[in-house]
Amino acid sequence: MTTNPKISKAELAEQFRTFIDPEYVITDDETMKPYECDGMSMYCEMPLLVVLPETVEQVQRVMRICNENTVPVVARGAGTGLSAGAMPNKEGVVLSLAKFNRILDIDPLARTASLQPGVRNLAISEEAAQYGLYYGPDPSSQIACTIGGNVAENSGGVHCLKYGLTVHNILSVEMVTVEGDVVTVGSDGLDSCGMDLLALMTGSEGLLGVVTEVKVKLLPKPEVAQVVMAGFDSVQKGGDAVGGIIAHGIIPGGLEMMDGHAIIAADDFAQAGYPRDAKALLLCEVDGTEEEVHEHIAEAEEVFRKLGATSVRTSQSEEERALLWKGRKSAFPAVGRISPDYYCMDGTIPRREIARVLTEMEKMSEEFGLRVANVFHAGDGNLHPLILFDANVPGEFERTEAFGSSILSLCVEVGGCITGEHGVGVEKVRQMAVQFNDEELQQFHDLKAAFDPKGILNPGKGVPALRFCQEYRSLEYKLHKHDHTEAAHG
Amino acid sequence: MADNLQTLQEQVLQARDGGHKLNIVGGGTKAFMGRAADLDAGTLNVGEHTGIVDYHPVELVLTVRAGTPLKEIEATLAEEGQALHFEPPHFGEDSTIGGTLACNLSGPARPWAGSVRDQVLGVRLINGKGEHLRFGGQVMKNVAGYDVSRLQAGAMGTLGVLTEISMKVMPKPAATLTLAQEMSADDVIHYMNSRAAEPKPITAACWLDGKVYLRLSGARSAVEATAQKWSGDVMENGDQFWRQIQDMGHEFFTGDDPLWRFSVGSTAANPKLDGPWLIDWAGSQRWYRGNAELKQMEALAKEAGGQVSLFRGGDRGGEVMQHQPDALKGIQRRLKNSFDPDGIFNPGRLYSWL
Repeated sequence: MTTNPKISKAELAEQFRTFIDPEYVITDDETMKPYECDGMSMYCEMPLLVVLPETVEQVQRVMRICNENTVPVVARGAGTGLSAGAMPNKEGVVLSLAKFNRILDIDPLARTASLQPGVRNLAISEEAAQYGLYYGPDPSSQIACTIGGNVAENSGGVHCLKYGLTVHNILSVEMVTVEGDVVTVGSDGLDSCGMDLLALMTGSEGLLGVVTEVKVKLLPKPEVAQVVMAGFDSVQKGGDAVGGIIAHGIIPGGLEMMDGHAIIAADDFAQAGYPRDAKALLLCEVDGTEEEVHEHIAEAEEVFRKLGATSVRTSQSEEERALLWKGRKSAFPAVGRISPDYYCMDGTIPRREIARVLTEMEKMSEEFGLRVANVFHAGDGNLHPLILFDANVPGEFERTEAFGSSILSLCVEVGGCITGEHGVGVEKVRQMAVQFNDEELQQFHDLKAAFDPKGILNPGKGVPALRFCQEYRSLEYKLHKHDHTEAAHG
Repeated sequence: MADNLQTLQEQVLQARDGGHKLNIVGGGTKAFMGRAADLDAGTLNVGEHTGIVDYHPVELVLTVRAGTPLKEIEATLAEEGQALHFEPPHFGEDSTIGGTLACNLSGPARPWAGSVRDQVLGVRLINGKGEHLRFGGQVMKNVAGYDVSRLQAGAMGTLGVLTEISMKVMPKPAATLTLAQEMSADDVIHYMNSRAAEPKPITAACWLDGKVYLRLSGARSAVEATAQKWSGDVMENGDQFWRQIQDMGHEFFTGDDPLWRFSVGSTAANPKLDGPWLIDWAGSQRWYRGNAELKQMEALAKEAGGQVSLFRGGDRGGEVMQHQPDALKGIQRRLKNSFDPDGIFNPGRLYSWL
């Protein structure tokens, strides 16, 4: 998408410097360099310039100037995103919300927190802890990622099967529109009149407005949490146990699964005492009142044993619980140690398809000649296959991308989707054509235009231009057909 | 069980070609909601587009046609020990899931179990161009594309005709118990919020006629242990009481006085307004019966950090929803236009200007 800005870089910077501290209007390549990508570092672009406003009024003025002059704006939090949603536009401005980092208010009785968008996810729970409260969504990047970015991506985490995604845990956002107006969407109440604009804003990847304040709900910290670890000698049995526990009527606080490759890598790294010969490992955390946890843990152990677990271990102390989680939480860096690079995918599937999809993925792994390790949120069917590759080997990243793309097509084929929590960004914009038809994509474009008629907010992300879709679908079809023929032969 | 999609799509296209408007009707039990329906518009009956399309209890996901009655859905779920945790109100035998989502209606469990909007995973809808589109999915997490599914909650059909809905369902709690005790309206706000801040299995909190009612649900041991610790008498017919609150069958809701709904901050002091009040959702939802001007009610709602709507009765020729600031008005007008460029669906039902 080209926007044809009507203003030069120098003129734009000069205008911004009249109302923003000149030090925070960055125009030189060296200082702008850290902004060239987000957590998805394979996709890079240098912006025209970077601004770090300090007040909402400054954000409004930036938006007005950019909208008038058709200059693209890419809002940015901590830059931990994993779909290149915050990758700069080369003709545009990176609008960093890093200066908006204050917790404005915590109301312990109402169980709410008012936050500037640059507040880190974990900082909310740390601050709320003194009242026995915490913030539910806990993405893996929670030490660094910000609440503004969480809203943009509708972030989840380990506990969302029970406690929901960002969209379930926020009450309102204040945002600046492309025209520079400040509007509040949502209220202190649990819902607002008319169509649900708050839900629409959540997960909109910075394409509809710039969030300048967020009010979140806080939850009382559960009295107790215990984790049951269960090992299985096949992926099939592990996958079935995920459904088994839920069918039994227990909704775990977290239900995570690792495959054989991930178990060994994580155990080497964290020495968590995982069963190293297991082909699948489940970590099932139950939280609630003491009585409830006691009752459910006993039931969970029994369900796992019945479904063929080769080992079952339950944490008997907070230290042991932390140790069992340590392996899971460090699984990504652990896998990073056994490969020069890895590519983290993010598809979702119905839980009943877990075993089938993992088995298919093993086959693809052989076909593409690339290893894959799986660590994922089994409870909500959110896969995170880690494809291991070496970026220094020519052609290997391209092969990795093709492998990843086949995985996502498989997810859609079994009734799932191309992204559970990382967003579309640049990375998966082509695969949108696999999940949606042209009429649906056109509806997305029309919806976007209702907020941003000139298309200056995060252009080129989230929804593909229709002319590329037909081409991509036919290419995918050929590739996919080829895969299946190969598989049939192999 | 019937798939009536083709007829619905044809009717939309005919309306479009003929320049007509359509009032979307499911079971017809929510005709009292919103502004008065446009008498010149035709009727689009979604009530015959019914049936469960897909249901796997292990997935906790249900996909149904929008005209399916709630009672049919709940009976199917009950066979598997599951339920719609947001406790949709039944305003009659024929209340449908489509109407429940369009009006964003949820029962007493809402603050803990989430609302109908929270449980929605995906929808299919017919837009004003007669296109049948699919958004979201049938999985717990899906962030591909804008969340058009949840946008429909509260839109009252102004953006399109819902034809199919996928939503999260949950296991029924093993045990439920209700505690009741006398308390004044002034004290109850603090009391309900303090209880909600404890990590206990609370799933409803309501105040009415000088009495506060708290419901506990979950593992039997947890429910019983909490009931021992908390004050209040165990109610014999607790389930019946909550059913009356959920379906608005309680006598508080009977009679012809206008019914106002305040969606406000849970800890806000109750508005100084004489007349009968019912406080639900641990303070977040408050009902008032009586004649009043929308403007006056808006001021009270604003003070309490939220919004107000005229839920039933009163003047339905004027606005019944909270006034929208100009910038949001503009966005909603353009959104409407993007889905329904000819303004076919439910004209004026949500706002006079939409």
